[in-house]
Amino acid sequence: MRNLKTLAGAIALALIAGPVLADGHAVRLGTEGAYPPYNFINDKGEVDGFERELGDELCKRAGLECTWVINDWDSIIPNLVSGNYDTIIAGMSATDERDEVIDFTEAYMPPTPSAYVTLAGNSPDLEGGVVTAQVNTIQAGHVASSGATLVEFGTPDETIAAVKNGEADAVFADKDYLTPIVSESNGELVFVGPDVSLGKGTAMGIRESDTELNAKMSAAIASVKADGTLNAMLKKWFKENPPQW
Amino acid sequence: MFDYCADPKTLEGLAWLSCYLTTAKHFSFYLSFLTVIVVIVITAPLVLVIGFAGALAQRSTIGPVRWLGWAYAAVVRGVPDIVFFLFVPIAVDQALEYIRHHTLCSDQTGSVWVGNDFVVCQQAKLPLTSAETWVHDLYGLALAVLAFAMIYGAYAANVIQGAMRAVPSGQLEAGRAIGMSAGQIFRRIHVPQMWVYALPGLSNLWMILLKATPFLFLLGIQDPVYWARELGGFKTQVYAYSHEDWRFWYFSALMLFYLGLTWVSQIGFDRLSVRVSRGMALAR
Repeated sequence: MRNLKTLAGAIALALIAGPVLADGHAVRLGTEGAYPPYNFINDKGEVDGFERELGDELCKRAGLECTWVINDWDSIIPNLVSGNYDTIIAGMSATDERDEVIDFTEAYMPPTPSAYVTLAGNSPDLEGGVVTAQVNTIQAGHVASSGATLVEFGTPDETIAAVKNGEADAVFADKDYLTPIVSESNGELVFVGPDVSLGKGTAMGIRESDTELNAKMSAAIASVKADGTLNAMLKKWFKENPPQW
Repeated sequence: MFDYCADPKTLEGLAWLSCYLTTAKHFSFYLSFLTVIVVIVITAPLVLVIGFAGALAQRSTIGPVRWLGWAYAAVVRGVPDIVFFLFVPIAVDQALEYIRHHTLCSDQTGSVWVGNDFVVCQQAKLPLTSAETWVHDLYGLALAVLAFAMIYGAYAANVIQGAMRAVPSGQLEAGRAIGMSAGQIFRRIHVPQMWVYALPGLSNLWMILLKATPFLFLLGIQDPVYWARELGGFKTQVYAYSHEDWRFWYFSALMLFYLGLTWVSQIGFDRLSVRVSRGMALAR
Protein backbone atom coordinates (compact mmCIF):
# COMPACT_ATOMS: atom_id res chain seq x y z
CA MET A 1 0.00 0.00 0.00
CA ARG A 2 2.80 2.36 0.87
CA ASN A 3 4.49 1.57 -2.43
CA LEU A 4 1.26 2.38 -4.22
CA LYS A 5 1.05 5.74 -2.45
CA THR A 6 4.66 6.54 -3.30
CA LEU A 7 3.98 5.65 -6.92
CA ALA A 8 0.81 7.76 -7.05
CA GLY A 9 2.69 10.62 -5.42
CA ALA A 10 5.54 10.34 -7.89
CA ILE A 11 3.15 10.36 -10.85
CA ALA A 12 1.28 13.37 -9.49
CA LEU A 13 4.56 15.20 -8.90
CA ALA A 14 5.80 14.31 -12.37
CA LEU A 15 2.63 15.64 -13.96
CA ILE A 16 2.58 18.84 -11.95
CA ALA A 17 6.25 19.72 -11.67
CA GLY A 18 7.56 17.32 -14.33
CA PRO A 19 9.24 18.42 -17.52
CA VAL A 20 9.86 22.15 -17.43
CA LEU A 21 12.63 22.46 -20.00
CA ALA A 22 10.91 24.49 -22.66
CA ASP A 23 12.38 26.62 -25.33
CA GLY A 24 10.19 29.15 -27.06
CA HIS A 25 11.09 27.95 -30.55
CA ALA A 26 8.99 24.83 -30.72
CA VAL A 27 5.77 25.12 -32.70
CA ARG A 28 3.25 22.42 -33.57
CA LEU A 29 1.57 22.71 -36.96
CA GLY A 30 -1.89 21.18 -37.20
CA THR A 31 -3.14 19.84 -40.51
CA GLU A 32 -5.79 17.49 -41.86
CA GLY A 33 -3.62 15.18 -43.96
CA ALA A 34 -6.41 14.24 -46.38
CA TYR A 35 -6.49 17.06 -48.91
CA PRO A 36 -4.03 16.53 -51.75
CA PRO A 37 -2.23 18.41 -53.12
CA TYR A 38 -2.53 20.85 -50.16
CA ASN A 39 -1.72 18.30 -47.49
CA PHE A 40 -1.83 14.52 -47.40
CA ILE A 41 -0.14 11.59 -45.74
CA ASN A 42 2.34 10.02 -48.14
CA ASP A 43 3.23 6.35 -48.31
CA LYS A 44 5.96 6.82 -45.73
CA GLY A 45 3.24 7.87 -43.32
CA GLU A 46 4.51 11.47 -43.21
CA VAL A 47 2.65 14.70 -43.89
CA ASP A 48 3.39 15.74 -47.47
CA GLY A 49 2.11 18.22 -50.05
CA PHE A 50 2.22 21.93 -50.81
CA GLU A 51 1.59 22.96 -47.22
CA ARG A 52 4.24 20.60 -45.84
CA GLU A 53 6.85 22.20 -48.05
CA LEU A 54 5.58 25.71 -47.34
CA GLY A 55 5.24 25.13 -43.59
CA ASP A 56 8.78 23.76 -43.27
CA GLU A 57 10.15 26.72 -45.24
CA LEU A 58 8.21 29.24 -43.13
CA CYS A 59 9.47 27.64 -39.92
CA LYS A 60 13.04 27.77 -41.23
CA ARG A 61 12.74 31.46 -42.04
CA ALA A 62 11.03 32.29 -38.75
CA GLY A 63 13.67 30.34 -36.81
CA LEU A 64 11.13 27.91 -35.36
CA GLU A 65 11.34 24.17 -34.78
CA CYS A 66 8.16 22.74 -36.16
CA THR A 67 6.49 19.36 -35.77
CA TRP A 68 3.42 18.21 -37.67
CA VAL A 69 0.20 17.08 -36.03
CA ILE A 70 -2.71 15.43 -37.83
CA ASN A 71 -6.20 16.38 -36.69
CA ASP A 72 -9.67 15.66 -38.02
CA TRP A 73 -10.97 18.61 -40.09
CA ASP A 74 -14.18 18.92 -38.11
CA SER A 75 -12.41 19.57 -34.78
CA ILE A 76 -9.40 21.41 -36.17
CA ILE A 77 -10.41 24.86 -34.80
CA PRO A 78 -11.53 23.75 -31.30
CA ASN A 79 -8.29 21.81 -30.82
CA LEU A 80 -6.22 24.85 -31.86
CA VAL A 81 -8.07 27.02 -29.38
CA SER A 82 -7.55 24.56 -26.53
CA GLY A 83 -3.82 24.43 -27.28
CA ASN A 84 -3.23 20.96 -28.79
CA TYR A 85 -1.16 22.63 -31.54
CA ASP A 86 -0.24 26.19 -32.41
CA THR A 87 -1.26 26.78 -36.02
CA ILE A 88 -3.70 25.41 -38.58
CA ILE A 89 -2.17 24.99 -42.01
CA ALA A 90 -4.75 22.94 -43.85
CA GLY A 91 -5.98 24.75 -46.95
CA MET A 92 -8.24 26.84 -44.74
CA SER A 93 -9.80 29.93 -46.27
CA ALA A 94 -9.88 33.02 -44.11
CA THR A 95 -13.56 33.87 -43.53
CA ASP A 96 -15.28 36.36 -41.24
CA GLU A 97 -17.03 33.54 -39.42
CA ARG A 98 -13.75 31.77 -38.57
CA ASP A 99 -12.08 35.10 -37.82
CA GLU A 100 -14.40 35.53 -34.85
CA VAL A 101 -12.85 32.48 -33.18
CA ILE A 102 -9.24 32.48 -34.42
CA ASP A 103 -6.93 34.86 -36.25
CA PHE A 104 -5.37 34.42 -39.67
CA THR A 105 -1.90 35.25 -40.90
CA GLU A 106 -1.28 36.99 -44.17
CA ALA A 107 -2.72 34.80 -46.95
CA TYR A 108 -0.29 32.41 -48.67
CA MET A 109 -2.73 31.64 -51.49
CA PRO A 110 -4.99 34.13 -53.22
CA PRO A 111 -8.72 33.29 -53.33
CA THR A 112 -9.00 30.26 -55.61
CA PRO A 113 -12.08 29.17 -57.51
CA SER A 114 -14.39 26.44 -56.26
CA ALA A 115 -16.14 24.21 -58.79
CA TYR A 116 -18.82 21.55 -59.23
CA VAL A 117 -17.99 18.04 -60.43
CA THR A 118 -20.49 15.42 -61.56
CA LEU A 119 -20.59 12.09 -63.39
CA ALA A 120 -20.13 12.38 -67.16
CA GLY A 121 -23.50 12.47 -68.90
CA ASN A 122 -25.27 13.91 -65.86
CA SER A 123 -26.80 17.35 -66.00
CA PRO A 124 -27.44 18.04 -62.31
CA ASP A 125 -29.62 20.84 -61.01
CA LEU A 126 -26.99 22.74 -59.01
CA GLU A 127 -29.56 24.90 -57.27
CA GLY A 128 -32.23 22.29 -56.57
CA GLY A 129 -30.54 18.89 -56.61
CA VAL A 130 -28.38 17.11 -54.05
CA VAL A 131 -24.88 18.60 -53.76
CA THR A 132 -22.20 17.27 -51.45
CA ALA A 133 -19.36 19.18 -49.75
CA GLN A 134 -16.99 18.61 -46.85
CA VAL A 135 -18.38 19.58 -43.45
CA ASN A 136 -17.51 23.06 -42.10
CA THR A 137 -16.05 24.36 -45.36
CA ILE A 138 -16.90 27.56 -47.19
CA GLN A 139 -18.14 25.34 -50.00
CA ALA A 140 -20.66 23.68 -47.65
CA GLY A 141 -21.85 27.13 -46.61
CA HIS A 142 -22.24 28.15 -50.25
CA VAL A 143 -24.23 25.02 -51.16
CA ALA A 144 -26.52 25.51 -48.16
CA SER A 145 -27.35 29.04 -49.30
CA SER A 146 -27.69 28.09 -52.99
CA GLY A 147 -30.98 26.25 -52.53
CA ALA A 148 -29.53 22.81 -53.25
CA THR A 149 -29.85 20.00 -50.70
CA LEU A 150 -26.51 19.80 -48.89
CA VAL A 151 -25.04 16.42 -47.98
CA GLU A 152 -21.91 16.75 -45.83
CA PHE A 153 -19.04 14.33 -45.24
CA GLY A 154 -16.13 14.41 -42.80
CA THR A 155 -13.37 13.90 -45.36
CA PRO A 156 -13.04 15.27 -48.90
CA ASP A 157 -12.63 11.87 -50.58
CA GLU A 158 -15.96 10.72 -49.16
CA THR A 159 -17.64 13.57 -51.05
CA ILE A 160 -16.14 12.29 -54.33
CA ALA A 161 -17.24 8.74 -53.49
CA ALA A 162 -20.78 10.05 -52.90
CA VAL A 163 -20.90 11.43 -56.45
CA LYS A 164 -19.46 8.23 -57.92
CA ASN A 165 -22.03 6.01 -56.23
CA GLY A 166 -24.95 8.30 -57.06
CA GLU A 167 -25.69 9.48 -53.52
CA ALA A 168 -25.19 13.08 -54.62
CA ASP A 169 -25.71 14.72 -58.02
CA ALA A 170 -22.55 16.81 -57.74
CA VAL A 171 -19.69 17.69 -55.41
CA PHE A 172 -18.66 21.29 -54.70
CA ALA A 173 -15.04 21.80 -53.60
CA ASP A 174 -11.81 23.72 -54.23
CA LYS A 175 -11.01 23.43 -57.92
CA ASP A 176 -7.34 22.77 -57.06
CA TYR A 177 -8.39 19.67 -55.18
CA LEU A 178 -10.79 18.47 -57.89
CA THR A 179 -8.57 19.03 -60.94
CA PRO A 180 -6.24 15.99 -60.51
CA ILE A 181 -9.21 13.82 -59.58
CA VAL A 182 -11.17 14.77 -62.70
CA SER A 183 -8.19 14.43 -65.03
CA GLU A 184 -7.33 10.97 -63.64
CA SER A 185 -10.90 9.66 -63.71
CA ASN A 186 -10.67 8.53 -67.39
CA GLY A 187 -13.66 10.65 -68.29
CA GLU A 188 -15.89 9.34 -65.51
CA LEU A 189 -16.03 12.72 -63.75
CA VAL A 190 -16.47 16.13 -65.38
CA PHE A 191 -16.64 19.74 -64.24
CA VAL A 192 -20.07 21.28 -64.53
CA GLY A 193 -21.43 24.80 -64.14
CA PRO A 194 -19.46 27.97 -63.55
CA ASP A 195 -16.50 28.36 -61.19
CA VAL A 196 -17.34 30.25 -58.02
CA SER A 197 -14.88 32.45 -56.15
CA LEU A 198 -15.25 32.17 -52.39
CA GLY A 199 -13.28 33.32 -49.35
CA LYS A 200 -10.47 35.75 -48.81
CA GLY A 201 -7.56 33.50 -49.65
CA THR A 202 -5.91 30.62 -47.83
CA ALA A 203 -4.02 31.49 -44.66
CA MET A 204 -2.61 29.97 -41.52
CA GLY A 205 -4.97 29.94 -38.54
CA ILE A 206 -3.47 31.04 -35.22
CA ARG A 207 -4.93 31.57 -31.73
CA GLU A 208 -6.11 35.14 -31.21
CA SER A 209 -3.91 35.45 -28.12
CA ASP A 210 -0.81 34.30 -30.02
CA THR A 211 -0.01 37.61 -31.71
CA GLU A 212 3.75 37.01 -31.57
CA LEU A 213 3.57 33.78 -33.61
CA ASN A 214 1.15 35.43 -36.02
CA ALA A 215 3.62 38.27 -36.64
CA LYS A 216 6.51 35.81 -37.17
CA MET A 217 4.56 33.65 -39.60
CA SER A 218 3.11 36.62 -41.51
CA ALA A 219 6.63 38.04 -41.91
CA ALA A 220 7.87 34.65 -43.17
CA ILE A 221 4.96 34.46 -45.64
CA ALA A 222 5.74 37.96 -46.90
CA SER A 223 9.36 36.93 -47.38
CA VAL A 224 8.57 33.76 -49.41
CA LYS A 225 6.18 35.84 -51.50
CA ALA A 226 8.77 38.53 -52.13
CA ASP A 227 11.59 36.28 -53.39
CA GLY A 228 9.41 34.09 -55.60
CA THR A 229 9.80 30.92 -53.49
CA LEU A 230 6.07 30.73 -52.92
CA ASN A 231 5.21 31.08 -56.61
CA ALA A 232 7.65 28.28 -57.44
CA MET A 233 6.04 26.02 -54.82
CA LEU A 234 2.56 26.80 -56.13
CA LYS A 235 3.71 25.93 -59.66
CA LYS A 236 5.18 22.65 -58.44
CA TRP A 237 2.08 21.47 -56.58
CA PHE A 238 -0.76 22.95 -58.64
CA LYS A 239 0.30 21.99 -62.14
CA GLU A 240 -2.81 23.11 -64.03
CA ASN A 241 -3.54 26.81 -63.49
CA PRO A 242 -1.32 27.39 -60.46
CA PRO A 243 -2.47 30.41 -58.45
CA GLN A 244 0.24 33.07 -58.45
CA TRP A 245 1.04 36.21 -56.47
CA MET B 1 10.81 -2.46 -47.61
CA PHE B 2 11.94 -4.69 -50.48
CA ASP B 3 14.67 -3.55 -52.88
CA TYR B 4 12.42 -3.79 -55.94
CA CYS B 5 10.02 -1.24 -54.40
CA ALA B 6 12.27 1.70 -55.23
CA ASP B 7 10.08 2.93 -58.10
CA PRO B 8 6.45 2.01 -57.35
CA LYS B 9 5.06 3.53 -60.58
CA THR B 10 6.80 0.85 -62.67
CA LEU B 11 5.51 -2.10 -60.66
CA GLU B 12 2.58 -4.33 -61.51
CA GLY B 13 0.57 -7.19 -60.08
CA LEU B 14 1.83 -9.04 -57.04
CA ALA B 15 5.07 -7.07 -56.90
CA TRP B 16 3.06 -3.85 -56.69
CA LEU B 17 0.78 -5.31 -54.04
CA SER B 18 3.65 -6.62 -51.92
CA CYS B 19 5.30 -3.19 -52.00
CA TYR B 20 2.00 -1.42 -51.40
CA LEU B 21 1.16 -3.50 -48.34
CA THR B 22 4.59 -2.95 -46.81
CA THR B 23 4.77 0.86 -46.97
CA ALA B 24 5.53 2.72 -43.76
CA LYS B 25 1.96 3.98 -43.84
CA HIS B 26 0.63 0.43 -43.83
CA PHE B 27 2.86 -0.43 -40.90
CA SER B 28 1.23 2.44 -39.00
CA PHE B 29 -2.08 0.76 -39.85
CA TYR B 30 -0.87 -2.64 -38.59
CA LEU B 31 0.58 -1.05 -35.47
CA SER B 32 -2.73 0.65 -34.71
CA PHE B 33 -4.32 -2.79 -34.17
CA LEU B 34 -1.76 -3.33 -31.46
CA THR B 35 -2.65 0.05 -29.99
CA VAL B 36 -6.27 -1.05 -29.66
CA ILE B 37 -5.28 -4.24 -27.89
CA VAL B 38 -2.88 -2.43 -25.55
CA VAL B 39 -5.52 0.20 -24.72
CA ILE B 40 -8.19 -2.34 -23.80
CA VAL B 41 -5.76 -4.56 -21.90
CA ILE B 42 -4.70 -1.58 -19.75
CA THR B 43 -8.22 -0.20 -19.46
CA ALA B 44 -9.97 -3.41 -18.40
CA PRO B 45 -8.25 -3.80 -14.99
CA LEU B 46 -8.77 -0.09 -14.31
CA VAL B 47 -12.46 -0.47 -15.11
CA LEU B 48 -12.64 -3.37 -12.68
CA VAL B 49 -10.93 -1.40 -9.91
CA ILE B 50 -13.17 1.64 -10.41
CA GLY B 51 -16.22 -0.62 -10.74
CA PHE B 52 -15.35 -2.44 -7.51
CA ALA B 53 -14.79 0.82 -5.65
CA GLY B 54 -18.06 2.19 -7.07
CA ALA B 55 -19.97 -0.93 -6.04
CA LEU B 56 -18.55 -0.78 -2.51
CA ALA B 57 -19.44 2.92 -2.32
CA GLN B 58 -23.00 2.16 -3.42
CA ARG B 59 -23.27 -0.48 -0.67
CA SER B 60 -21.60 1.65 1.98
CA THR B 61 -23.35 2.25 5.28
CA ILE B 62 -22.01 5.82 5.31
CA GLY B 63 -24.58 8.10 3.67
CA PRO B 64 -22.38 10.54 1.73
CA VAL B 65 -20.16 7.74 0.35
CA ARG B 66 -23.24 5.87 -0.81
CA TRP B 67 -24.69 8.98 -2.44
CA LEU B 68 -21.39 9.63 -4.20
CA GLY B 69 -21.35 6.06 -5.54
CA TRP B 70 -24.88 6.32 -6.89
CA ALA B 71 -24.33 9.82 -8.27
CA TYR B 72 -21.22 8.70 -10.17
CA ALA B 73 -23.02 5.76 -11.76
CA ALA B 74 -26.15 7.78 -12.51
CA VAL B 75 -24.35 10.73 -14.10
CA VAL B 76 -21.93 8.73 -16.24
CA ARG B 77 -24.56 6.25 -17.38
CA GLY B 78 -27.03 9.03 -18.14
CA VAL B 79 -24.74 11.10 -20.36
CA PRO B 80 -23.81 9.88 -23.87
CA ASP B 81 -20.44 8.11 -23.77
CA ILE B 82 -19.04 10.30 -26.53
CA VAL B 83 -19.70 13.45 -24.50
CA PHE B 84 -17.79 12.04 -21.54
CA PHE B 85 -15.07 10.80 -23.83
CA LEU B 86 -14.54 14.31 -25.14
CA PHE B 87 -15.01 15.95 -21.74
CA VAL B 88 -12.74 13.89 -19.46
CA PRO B 89 -9.47 14.27 -21.42
CA ILE B 90 -9.98 18.00 -21.99
CA ALA B 91 -10.93 18.58 -18.36
CA VAL B 92 -8.02 16.55 -16.99
CA ASP B 93 -5.54 18.09 -19.41
CA GLN B 94 -6.64 21.63 -18.69
CA ALA B 95 -6.77 21.03 -14.93
CA LEU B 96 -3.19 19.72 -14.95
CA GLU B 97 -1.99 22.59 -17.13
CA TYR B 98 -3.82 25.05 -14.89
CA ILE B 99 -2.08 23.69 -11.78
CA ARG B 100 1.30 23.65 -13.54
CA HIS B 101 0.74 27.18 -14.78
CA HIS B 102 0.17 28.43 -11.25
CA THR B 103 3.06 26.50 -9.70
CA LEU B 104 5.67 26.94 -12.43
CA CYS B 105 4.81 30.39 -13.72
CA SER B 106 3.57 32.02 -10.52
CA ASP B 107 5.11 35.30 -11.66
CA GLN B 108 2.53 35.54 -14.46
CA THR B 109 -0.68 37.28 -13.59
CA GLY B 110 -3.90 37.26 -15.51
CA SER B 111 -6.39 34.56 -16.42
CA VAL B 112 -5.51 31.46 -18.43
CA TRP B 113 -8.63 32.22 -20.45
CA VAL B 114 -7.94 34.84 -23.09
CA GLY B 115 -11.08 35.26 -25.15
CA ASN B 116 -11.71 31.81 -26.65
CA ASP B 117 -8.22 30.61 -25.95
CA PHE B 118 -6.87 28.50 -23.13
CA VAL B 119 -3.38 29.89 -22.66
CA VAL B 120 -0.79 28.64 -20.17
CA CYS B 121 2.89 29.54 -20.15
CA GLN B 122 5.27 27.45 -22.30
CA GLN B 123 6.73 25.60 -19.30
CA ALA B 124 3.27 24.54 -18.10
CA LYS B 125 2.29 22.84 -21.37
CA LEU B 126 1.64 19.13 -21.01
CA PRO B 127 3.42 17.63 -22.80
CA LEU B 128 5.82 20.42 -23.68
CA THR B 129 5.44 21.75 -27.20
CA SER B 130 9.04 20.74 -27.81
CA ALA B 131 8.47 17.14 -26.65
CA GLU B 132 8.89 14.29 -29.12
CA THR B 133 5.80 13.16 -31.02
CA TRP B 134 5.70 9.82 -29.18
CA VAL B 135 5.44 11.68 -25.85
CA HIS B 136 2.37 13.52 -27.14
CA ASP B 137 0.93 10.23 -28.40
CA LEU B 138 1.55 8.47 -25.10
CA TYR B 139 0.00 11.34 -23.15
CA GLY B 140 -3.08 11.28 -25.39
CA LEU B 141 -3.31 7.53 -24.95
CA ALA B 142 -3.12 7.86 -21.16
CA LEU B 143 -5.94 10.42 -21.17
CA ALA B 144 -8.01 8.15 -23.41
CA VAL B 145 -7.47 5.19 -21.08
CA LEU B 146 -8.52 7.38 -18.15
CA ALA B 147 -11.69 8.46 -19.96
CA PHE B 148 -12.58 4.88 -20.90
CA ALA B 149 -11.98 3.76 -17.31
CA MET B 150 -14.19 6.55 -15.95
CA ILE B 151 -17.05 5.73 -18.32
CA TYR B 152 -17.01 1.95 -18.19
CA GLY B 153 -16.17 1.97 -14.46
CA ALA B 154 -19.67 3.34 -13.81
CA TYR B 155 -21.27 0.48 -15.73
CA ALA B 156 -19.00 -2.02 -13.99
CA ALA B 157 -19.98 -0.56 -10.61
CA ASN B 158 -23.62 -1.34 -11.34
CA VAL B 159 -22.84 -4.83 -12.62
CA ILE B 160 -20.74 -5.68 -9.57
CA GLN B 161 -23.21 -4.10 -7.17
CA GLY B 162 -26.01 -6.19 -8.69
CA ALA B 163 -23.88 -9.33 -8.60
CA MET B 164 -23.16 -8.80 -4.91
CA ARG B 165 -26.87 -8.64 -4.21
CA ALA B 166 -27.41 -11.83 -6.21
CA VAL B 167 -25.29 -13.96 -3.88
CA PRO B 168 -27.81 -16.01 -1.81
CA SER B 169 -28.03 -14.58 1.72
CA GLY B 170 -27.91 -18.13 3.07
CA GLN B 171 -24.27 -18.34 1.97
CA LEU B 172 -23.38 -15.27 4.02
CA GLU B 173 -25.43 -16.48 6.99
CA ALA B 174 -23.55 -19.77 6.87
CA GLY B 175 -20.33 -17.79 7.19
CA ARG B 176 -21.63 -15.96 10.24
CA ALA B 177 -22.87 -19.23 11.71
CA ILE B 178 -19.38 -20.71 11.72
CA GLY B 179 -18.00 -17.55 13.33
CA MET B 180 -16.36 -15.72 10.40
CA SER B 181 -15.76 -12.01 10.79
CA ALA B 182 -17.40 -9.55 8.38
CA GLY B 183 -14.11 -9.19 6.51
CA GLN B 184 -13.68 -12.93 6.20
CA ILE B 185 -17.21 -13.34 4.87
CA PHE B 186 -16.58 -10.57 2.36
CA ARG B 187 -13.27 -11.99 1.12
CA ARG B 188 -13.97 -15.72 1.29
CA ILE B 189 -17.64 -15.99 0.44
CA HIS B 190 -19.20 -12.84 -0.92
CA VAL B 191 -16.58 -11.75 -3.49
CA PRO B 192 -15.68 -15.22 -4.85
CA GLN B 193 -19.34 -16.09 -5.38
CA MET B 194 -20.16 -12.66 -6.78
CA TRP B 195 -18.02 -13.23 -9.90
CA VAL B 196 -20.37 -15.85 -11.28
CA TYR B 197 -23.18 -13.30 -11.44
CA ALA B 198 -20.94 -10.42 -12.55
CA LEU B 199 -19.23 -12.23 -15.41
CA PRO B 200 -21.98 -12.02 -18.08
CA GLY B 201 -22.37 -8.27 -17.44
CA LEU B 202 -18.62 -7.70 -17.40
CA SER B 203 -18.15 -9.66 -20.63
CA ASN B 204 -20.74 -7.39 -22.25
CA LEU B 205 -18.79 -4.38 -21.02
CA TRP B 206 -15.56 -5.79 -22.43
CA MET B 207 -17.19 -6.21 -25.85
CA ILE B 208 -18.63 -2.70 -25.75
CA LEU B 209 -15.25 -1.29 -24.72
CA LEU B 210 -13.67 -3.13 -27.64
CA LYS B 211 -16.06 -1.54 -30.07
CA ALA B 212 -15.74 1.91 -28.51
CA THR B 213 -12.04 2.12 -29.38
CA PRO B 214 -12.67 4.06 -32.64
CA PHE B 215 -13.42 6.98 -30.29
CA LEU B 216 -9.63 7.17 -29.97
CA PHE B 217 -9.38 9.21 -33.15
CA LEU B 218 -11.46 11.94 -31.55
CA LEU B 219 -8.45 12.51 -29.32
CA GLY B 220 -6.03 12.52 -32.23
CA ILE B 221 -4.90 8.92 -31.74
CA GLN B 222 -4.84 7.15 -35.08
CA ASP B 223 -6.81 3.95 -34.62
CA PRO B 224 -7.50 1.22 -37.24
CA VAL B 225 -10.76 2.85 -38.36
CA TYR B 226 -8.93 6.10 -39.14
CA TRP B 227 -6.23 4.26 -41.06
CA ALA B 228 -8.74 2.12 -42.96
CA ARG B 229 -10.58 5.23 -44.09
CA GLU B 230 -7.35 7.05 -44.92
CA LEU B 231 -5.67 4.15 -46.74
CA GLY B 232 -8.84 2.91 -48.41
CA GLY B 233 -9.90 6.21 -49.96
CA PHE B 234 -9.02 6.59 -53.64
CA LYS B 235 -5.48 7.84 -54.28
CA THR B 236 -4.48 10.08 -57.17
CA GLN B 237 -1.08 10.06 -58.89
CA VAL B 238 0.25 12.43 -56.24
CA TYR B 239 0.68 9.32 -54.07
CA ALA B 240 3.39 6.77 -54.89
CA TYR B 241 0.73 4.04 -54.94
CA SER B 242 -2.44 5.30 -56.58
CA HIS B 243 -5.60 3.24 -56.56
CA GLU B 244 -9.39 3.32 -56.69
CA ASP B 245 -11.71 3.57 -53.71
CA TRP B 246 -10.73 0.46 -51.74
CA ARG B 247 -12.53 1.25 -48.50
CA PHE B 248 -14.66 -1.87 -48.92
CA TRP B 249 -11.60 -4.12 -48.58
CA TYR B 250 -10.11 -2.16 -45.71
CA PHE B 251 -13.35 -2.13 -43.76
CA SER B 252 -13.77 -5.85 -44.45
CA ALA B 253 -10.35 -6.41 -42.90
CA LEU B 254 -11.43 -4.34 -39.90
CA MET B 255 -14.57 -6.42 -39.55
CA LEU B 256 -12.50 -9.61 -39.49
CA PHE B 257 -10.21 -8.09 -36.86
CA TYR B 258 -13.04 -7.07 -34.54
CA LEU B 259 -14.91 -10.35 -35.08
CA GLY B 260 -11.73 -12.27 -34.35
CA LEU B 261 -11.15 -10.28 -31.19
CA THR B 262 -14.69 -10.86 -29.94
CA TRP B 263 -14.43 -14.54 -30.81
CA VAL B 264 -11.21 -14.95 -28.81
CA SER B 265 -12.73 -12.90 -25.98
CA GLN B 266 -15.80 -15.13 -25.89
CA ILE B 267 -13.63 -18.24 -25.57
CA GLY B 268 -11.75 -16.56 -22.73
CA PHE B 269 -14.95 -15.60 -20.93
CA ASP B 270 -16.40 -19.09 -21.33
CA ARG B 271 -13.32 -20.59 -19.68
CA LEU B 272 -13.39 -17.96 -16.94
CA SER B 273 -17.06 -18.72 -16.34
CA VAL B 274 -16.30 -22.42 -15.82
CA ARG B 275 -13.50 -21.50 -13.44
CA VAL B 276 -15.42 -19.08 -11.20
CA SER B 277 -18.42 -21.38 -10.92
CA ARG B 278 -16.39 -24.36 -9.64
CA GLY B 279 -18.12 -25.94 -6.68
CA MET B 280 -21.23 -23.81 -6.99
CA ALA B 281 -24.69 -25.31 -7.39
CA LEU B 282 -25.96 -23.31 -10.36
CA ALA B 283 -28.93 -23.95 -12.63
CA ARG B 284 -27.80 -25.10 -16.06
